[in-house]
Amino acid sequence: MSVLIFVDHIDGHIKKASHEALSYGAKIAEQTGTTAEAVILGTVNDDLEKLGEHGVKKVYQVQNEQLQQFDSQVYTKVIAQVAQQSGAKVIIFSNNSSGKALAPRVAVRLKAGLAAGVNALPDTSNGFTVRKTVFSGKAFAQVAIDTEIKVLSLNVNAFTIITGEGKAEVIPFDAIVESPKLKTIDSTKTSGKVSLTEADVVVSAGRGLKGPENWGMVEELADTLGAALACSRPVADAHWRPHNEHVGQTGIAIAPNLYVAVGISGAIQHLAGVNRSKVIVVINKDPEAPFFKAADYGVVGDAFEIVPKLTSAIKKLKGQS
Amino acid sequence: MKILVCISKTPDTTAKIAFTDNNTKFAEAGVQWIINPYDEWYSLVRAIELKEKDPSTIINLVTVGGADAEPIIRKALALGGDEAIRINAEPLESYQVASLIAEIARNGNYDLVLTGKETIDYNGGAVGGLLAEVLDLPYIANATNLQVNGSTATVKREIEGGEETIECPFPLVLSCQKGMAEARIPNMRGIMAARTKPLKVVDPSPVQTLTKFSEFQLPPAKQGVKLVSPDNVDELVRLLHEEARAI
Repeated sequence: MSVLIFVDHIDGHIKKASHEALSYGAKIAEQTGTTAEAVILGTVNDDLEKLGEHGVKKVYQVQNEQLQQFDSQVYTKVIAQVAQQSGAKVIIFSNNSSGKALAPRVAVRLKAGLAAGVNALPDTSNGFTVRKTVFSGKAFAQVAIDTEIKVLSLNVNAFTIITGEGKAEVIPFDAIVESPKLKTIDSTKTSGKVSLTEADVVVSAGRGLKGPENWGMVEELADTLGAALACSRPVADAHWRPHNEHVGQTGIAIAPNLYVAVGISGAIQHLAGVNRSKVIVVINKDPEAPFFKAADYGVVGDAFEIVPKLTSAIKKLKGQS
Repeated sequence: MKILVCISKTPDTTAKIAFTDNNTKFAEAGVQWIINPYDEWYSLVRAIELKEKDPSTIINLVTVGGADAEPIIRKALALGGDEAIRINAEPLESYQVASLIAEIARNGNYDLVLTGKETIDYNGGAVGGLLAEVLDLPYIANATNLQVNGSTATVKREIEGGEETIECPFPLVLSCQKGMAEARIPNMRGIMAARTKPLKVVDPSPVQTLTKFSEFQLPPAKQGVKLVSPDNVDELVRLLHEEARAI
């Protein structure tokens, strides 16, 4: 019996979201008296033994040229083989770009019930129930899973990475791998240095900035904070900023540690995409902006004065000036 | 080409979220219902755009729901699409919904099955992937662009901090998100035409449910905003650092 965690990687490195999933899976194993094991498809530059620091005992590594192409149909069959070998009763994915394609498929393949977008440890005292986000962050639901095998996908930034002592045993796993039907012909980096969905800090701006030419100051604030940039829907619709920066109900939903909103009034649809942020700071010249009701900290005033001051105050704190 | 577009009925984006029956049910009283925005703006509109380019394209819509889902599916037909199928069952969870749709998809020999990236109520984002595995078809989640070149689809999808362009032969399943198409509103001609488009009601075959929503909770209320003077931004930084420990 085991809790099996899928380890996702990009550019030779394990994704931060997978470190969260590993920590989460190891906690479930501890809670249910089983062992945590991981599965990785392909090769990375990171030391896989070090995944033991999250509490994982074994890492099954499947190396095959066909796996260089991400194809959920092919990956699913490989993960299912490993799950069988490992005797997995709970299988964990991150609810990220790969996990969204894999978790449902693996669930069907293993006749397992799926809870997608979970954000807390399961309650295993009587059956198996786990909390997930519903209504775009406006509520939570407890999902009871009735099947013998359970598949969970963990929301990004919903579980703190736990790092302790330990070394995992890396086991090469010889799987049957089909040839992929998908073929990636191009891959580009769209946003800046920090991925929006994985970012700890997000700086976002809206119509209050008056035009795309005024984004320099929010970019500088984001750089200072090591933050990803985001924007509101009107800004993306007016093509001031690219669509992939639009956060909100119909854009990207994020859950950073800190969300700084500049010149965004906070329509309910925008809140639905950001309300899982742990700390929200709102800068707006309109004291009646609805966003202040959802914020932890607020500054009522002119963004063009406040943002540069905020940037230099943070630089001072970080000892950069 | 034959396209199946999956449509869900969801509460309006501004609907008040509350629960009844000991917090086990969504409180539907007074709620306005809409087509799930991801199903409407992205998958359905993209399918319509493809039909505009190639009028031989056939678009069928499918929904799982009771008679109360008919206004929603009619509204979808007003935007476009040739005919709709309503599977007469209360949608309970994603596996049940996917199993019911899979039967329609299998019998219809579709080249392309489109879903929204998730519904805005239960946020599972799972139906596309579940369907793909039940049908043993390729699947691309969170697609932002779709081009058709003969027997191959060229799809863009968002990944962490970037974007990939992928080629895949038909048939395939896609879940669609922003970027795929621009939102439209139905015109009078579409609304009139939708009244006479075929809407087939089929009885569900018995399928399993594997999960159950046992209880709902509202998040704890916010403490209230702490306002800082615009002349004292240093204080905001101090609070973020010392109190919130966010920087």
